[in-house]
Amino acid sequence: MIVYILAVFLFLIGIYGVVVKRNLIKIVIGIAIMEYSVNLFLILIGYVKDGTAPIITDQVSEIVFVDPLPQAMVLTAIVIGLATTALLLAIAIRIYKKYGTFDIREIKNLKG
Amino acid sequence: MQYFIPLFVAVPLGGAFLIAIIGNFLKGFGKIFTSIVLAFLTGFSLYIVFTLQGSLVYGIGGWELFDKIPIAIYMVLDGLSIYLLLIINLIGFLSAFYSISYIQKFTAENNYYTLFCLMVAGMNGVVLSGDLFNIYVFLEMAAIASYALVAFGIEKEELEASFKYQVLGGVSSLFILLSIGFLYWYTSTLNIADISKVIAKKGGSQLVVFSQVILLSGFGLKAAMIPFHAWLPDAHSSAPSPISSMLSGVLIKAIGAYVILRLFFNMFEVSYNTSLVITIIGTLSMVIGVLLAIGQWDIKRLLAYHSISQMGYVILGVGIGMLVLAQNGERAVAALSIAGGLFHLFNHAVFKGLLFLNAGAVEYETGIRDMKRLGGLSSVMPVTTSTSLSASMSISGIPPFNGFFSKLIIIIAAIQAKYYVLSILAVFVSIITLASFLKVQRFTFFNKKGENWIKREPPVREVPFTMCFSMVFLAVLCLALSMLIVPSVRDIVLTPAVDALIEAGEYTTSILGY
Repeated sequence: MIVYILAVFLFLIGIYGVVVKRNLIKIVIGIAIMEYSVNLFLILIGYVKDGTAPIITDQVSEIVFVDPLPQAMVLTAIVIGLATTALLLAIAIRIYKKYGTFDIREIKNLKG
Repeated sequence: MQYFIPLFVAVPLGGAFLIAIIGNFLKGFGKIFTSIVLAFLTGFSLYIVFTLQGSLVYGIGGWELFDKIPIAIYMVLDGLSIYLLLIINLIGFLSAFYSISYIQKFTAENNYYTLFCLMVAGMNGVVLSGDLFNIYVFLEMAAIASYALVAFGIEKEELEASFKYQVLGGVSSLFILLSIGFLYWYTSTLNIADISKVIAKKGGSQLVVFSQVILLSGFGLKAAMIPFHAWLPDAHSSAPSPISSMLSGVLIKAIGAYVILRLFFNMFEVSYNTSLVITIIGTLSMVIGVLLAIGQWDIKRLLAYHSISQMGYVILGVGIGMLVLAQNGERAVAALSIAGGLFHLFNHAVFKGLLFLNAGAVEYETGIRDMKRLGGLSSVMPVTTSTSLSASMSISGIPPFNGFFSKLIIIIAAIQAKYYVLSILAVFVSIITLASFLKVQRFTFFNKKGENWIKREPPVREVPFTMCFSMVFLAVLCLALSMLIVPSVRDIVLTPAVDALIEAGEYTTSILGY
């Protein structure tokens, strides 16, 4: 049980980073931490104690398998996360070129 | 027939791929091909609207049910899906056609059309998918394409808006993924129909309620409902205008409101608490959105705030229907209320799409978005003025335009369900909307001629043909959609969509067969 709670705790650390930090790059890191915690959580759901890789062999009945579906989901989620993080960093670099700073207190052209 | 369902995803996805490659060698390939693809999909979805009986189910890979357990990844096309598909592809086609002239002032046209096709493919996928994780994948596809499109101008404002949108969008996507994880933990399946069966059999638990809360906040963020609305005015006003009309007109519905409806009607059982929360969120969005819009002078920002308010009407209509269903009230009242909400969803896509295209036309010719510096454009831009007038009357609910009828249905349903306060609020918000759009009309198109654009070189004139065509088409639709209240037309388009939500069990039966 404790590992699930730790995964959720990691998620909360990510949210803390997104909400509190004022540097664009640190916000991106916060989102990345949240993403890894969700991936970790999905992997933990599929874990079965003493389970092996889910490959069907002749002695199927004697072997306990781990759940392969969350692993497939996590692989997809990692690829999606890569795209999001890459785009976020690209935009952050562009913002730095335009504004000359990473501080969100100075990047506030839009309001109202 | 069901073998053609994947075309809705495959054709725009393949289109995006081809444009990225062939567009480099063949100039002008992207703009023509995007319009052709979306026109084809619009025609195809119209054909299905007229021929669909019940629902079509397609299992990817052709896997059969094994011991009543679904193995294939399902795509389900029922009344509600086809209703959304029609909206997505129609508005998408008109926006793409409008872009042919509009986007010429930007560089990298190919990237624009590639991302446009990707966004449409993602939205079509979300609407068709019968599997929770697939919904997440398609949703991210549409969302990432929209993040990039918001930043397409790569000026200070666009980049800032895009970053804000990405951070909030990324957090909401992770909320959605986390709640999918919780649901998988509880039910050991990802198929929506199967989850609903398992929850009905095992009974609800705290875990299900918790995942409902995270799902609602995740999709509420995507739909920009009121506590989560902060990104919408920035993102929708910074994007290029055809993209604003796609985002406001379609994206917040397809990946926000639609998924809320689908999951909370067809997957979870309709309960009093969730329907109360949904109704309250809808009411808050409706009222606060319009109050925030009053003080705006940037024309696109004002429209963006009105999007929040009008989406509030949609959620309110559906929420009242859920409340009636949860209390075992009259099904006819619930059906009327949900029909009002869904009708308003289509209407909002049409008139808000048109208003953003009008704003784009004004910006295209004058380069100004601040209403205080505009004025008197009616003398030089007659088509833009008249179409914008019809859209404004439609959004403020003046008969015989479509917005009047959908608001009327929602208000009548609220009175029949004895929620008098909500009906009064709906009328009140409609009046403020009218005042707000009188301001837009007066300061932009009438009034005395603004000095800021009169000396401009080249002189301000009517926009090119493709832009005019899209605007006139949508303005005609603003009137024509009023026909949806005629019973014989309503039975073809609107009633199947409402039935898909009210007869929640049929969705499950069509996939699992029991």
